[in-house]
Amino acid sequence: MIDMSDSEHPIDLKSYIRRCAIIFAVVLCTTALMIATSYSHHGWTLKVALILAIAVVNAFLVAGYLMHLLSEKRMIYALLGFTVFFFIGLMALTIWATNGFPPGTATH
Amino acid sequence: MEIPYTVQNRPDTGVYNAKIGIWLFLASEVMLFGGLFSAYVLLRVGAAPGEWPHGWLNVTLGTVNTIILALSAITTLLAWAACKVREFGKFKFFHACTILLALTFLGIKSYEYRDKLMHYEVQLTNGKFADGHLVEKSRNFDLAQKTGSVTLHGHIVEDRKELMDLRSPEAQAARHEELTIPAADIKKMENYAPRHNTFTAIYFTLTGLHALHILGGTLVIFYLWGPGSRMWKTDPERFTNRVEVSGLFWHFVDLVWIFLFPVLYLT
Repeated sequence: MIDMSDSEHPIDLKSYIRRCAIIFAVVLCTTALMIATSYSHHGWTLKVALILAIAVVNAFLVAGYLMHLLSEKRMIYALLGFTVFFFIGLMALTIWATNGFPPGTATH
Repeated sequence: MEIPYTVQNRPDTGVYNAKIGIWLFLASEVMLFGGLFSAYVLLRVGAAPGEWPHGWLNVTLGTVNTIILALSAITTLLAWAACKVREFGKFKFFHACTILLALTFLGIKSYEYRDKLMHYEVQLTNGKFADGHLVEKSRNFDLAQKTGSVTLHGHIVEDRKELMDLRSPEAQAARHEELTIPAADIKKMENYAPRHNTFTAIYFTLTGLHALHILGGTLVIFYLWGPGSRMWKTDPERFTNRVEVSGLFWHFVDLVWIFLFPVLYLT
């Protein structure tokens, strides 16, 4: 039996392997879905949004289950909260900057 | 003096010190890759219409690497789980799988890099463009002296913009053949190295940094699998925590690839 310090739900190795196999299968399916979406005839914006949404699902599976983030301690969540805050800030600055060209610079 | 909280959880944080350490490190890594993704977004939205490449990367190889990395994330987790249930043999097996999968990933990435470095865009003196993979350069080939010739396996296009979207029906229909071009007919010749354009620059930067992380992670996992596994006999709990910490790093590397693959290969 595994005494998972982070999940505090002891499980046996065989059921753990089964759970990993399911996660792997889902990751395979979402990857296939991502590729199929990239070859679809949707508009570019919708296509990119769909692909990134599927990538987020994939990332949730990895972070939530493989990194045990769904059952972590409060300290880790607090630390990640700061990371998310600064990451959103970084991306917000990027989006803000895309429309702000300094005077005298070439634009398309 | 004994290092505190390598096994027991600290009362104030609720976790052992190495775990806090790795999460802090991963937080800094999020900002590092975040900055580069931000640069990618700026380069991409700033590109003139028709100037951002599509279909330049091999989706099949990218998909294979995605599957390999996902599988290695699973084997890493199972190696830790094997330690938890005190099955050292299974830990050895699962981590050996992780190392082999990581090396396969790096092998495929190297092949992709080689493919890009062997791929040339040749601007001809008649205004057309030849594009393809280098077959050979004649012994006396010298672009500055205009002597000799170069042979590419590729095709010739009228406009450089035709090379930007390799998923277009025209690009798919293009017939590739061996082209021998005298140096005298060449105005400019450049391979698809980072300096070629902003796409190749950000592609090599992002995937190169990611590959370095894979290499670093592989070295750590190899150490834990090989010489570092001696700790199993003296302090199995601490060793298991080391495996967990290295696993968290490995999952983060997988997480980065989950976004790199669609951003670079699919959109």
